[in-house]
Amino acid sequence: MSVQLDPQGQLRHLISTEGLPRELLTRILDTAESFSGVLGKSVKKVPLLRGRTIVNLFFEPSTRTRTTFELAAQRLSADVLNIDVATSSTSKGENLLDMLRNLEAMQCDAFVVRHADSGAAEFIARNVAPGVSVINAGDGRHAHPTQALLDAFTIRRHKGPLEPLTIAIVGDILHSRVARSQIHALLGLGAGEVRVIAPRTLLPRAIEHLGVQVYEDMDAGLEGADVVMMLRLQHERMQGALLPSEGEFFSRYGLTEQRLEGSHPEAIVMHPGPVNRGVELDPRVADGPRSVILRQVTNGIAVRMAVMSIVLGGQGEAPTEPLEEVAN
Amino acid sequence: MTGMDLDIPHLLDSVAAATTNELQARGIRSPILVGIHTGGAWVAEALHERLQARPPVGTLEVAFHRDDHATSGLKAAVQSSEVPVSLEDRPVLLVDDVIHTGRTIRAALNALFDYGRPGQVLLAVLADRNGRELPIQPDVAGTRLTLPEGQRLKLRGPDPLRFTLEGNRS
Repeated sequence: MSVQLDPQGQLRHLISTEGLPRELLTRILDTAESFSGVLGKSVKKVPLLRGRTIVNLFFEPSTRTRTTFELAAQRLSADVLNIDVATSSTSKGENLLDMLRNLEAMQCDAFVVRHADSGAAEFIARNVAPGVSVINAGDGRHAHPTQALLDAFTIRRHKGPLEPLTIAIVGDILHSRVARSQIHALLGLGAGEVRVIAPRTLLPRAIEHLGVQVYEDMDAGLEGADVVMMLRLQHERMQGALLPSEGEFFSRYGLTEQRLEGSHPEAIVMHPGPVNRGVELDPRVADGPRSVILRQVTNGIAVRMAVMSIVLGGQGEAPTEPLEEVAN
Repeated sequence: MTGMDLDIPHLLDSVAAATTNELQARGIRSPILVGIHTGGAWVAEALHERLQARPPVGTLEVAFHRDDHATSGLKAAVQSSEVPVSLEDRPVLLVDDVIHTGRTIRAALNALFDYGRPGQVLLAVLADRNGRELPIQPDVAGTRLTLPEGQRLKLRGPDPLRFTLEGNRS
């Protein structure tokens, strides 16, 4: 059993979308749908986590991600503490654990963790006190589950149920924790076909075994796609000669209006941001009518509210009856 | 679980009649009906038809305003609140299937006020049962029941609506 689920199958931490049961993934999206309604009201706040404390523990800077987690926590009436940690000061594991003990002693209820090392969020989840939850906000190349969930949520809102959809993920799959989490979330939710489009040098070995179709030719991969998910080219993670140049990358894998014509006429274009304009995406596509990039940002708040409210909820009674049958 | 021999159409008729009287006594002409998910929303729809009320029915999801999140968590099937008209200074008829502890109504009142400041709020329920834990009483109830403490009265539906009695799972 993974560290994420308790023996009753309830979500206690969110570390990865890998292995999450379909009903749990669906429940997160449904709950986010309900929070979207809250965000449309004049009072954009509910008292659900009043008196609880959520710590944003960022070992790798990311103002955007941290801001949406912070806003999500505030919309739930939780108290929020932002801690940015220079990686060097916690290079020794014992320093990290010492820091956790100190934060736990201040009665914190959840840690939102971003770290440059794969596995950092799980390590913290295995070492926190009982009753404290960990939400992974990105760890190395491993996972970025809330990004993948907000992407799935955005797709469902625009295109309906995922079963009949063909979804193409384009770009630097190799270095992308986002891509990995997207693949697990989309397949876990029953997406019809998930394609990855990238040069061989930017594909992890044996990626086919995850259940995706692999394309090196972008035009072939985009054919008939309902959703085109672009990835950010990770300059900071590119080492060695994996790519000749950004210009060459754009000419082969950049999304232009012309290329998009090969996809489904109503295909939507997504990107986790921030966009490298002219590297992954033609600015006319990024700002064009098919782009739902800013919707993704908005949806990110509702999805993070859903995750926080589920992991911080008590054990409760397991819901057993279908929705239409019981009033409660 | 056992079926309860409570005739729902009859209960709805008597709630509608009592509501009409109550509204008249208070000089309210056009209340906004707001039903609490899920059973209250069904009852609100049925009442809306019987009262021939004009403003569209609103629905409230109270899961985010409950007081038992830390112990019981969030229920799996959370729905969305829909309040299609402004409540500002308007009379609101809050509708639920059963009033028991009063905690759902407390949560619903808080959720309602996130949409504005209603002029007044009335509460109508199909069934008022024993077990109140808060000082909240309905203005209109279709029936009043005394049930054993461990039993829960649930409305099932939407078609047909019927009451069932269930033992506590805890």
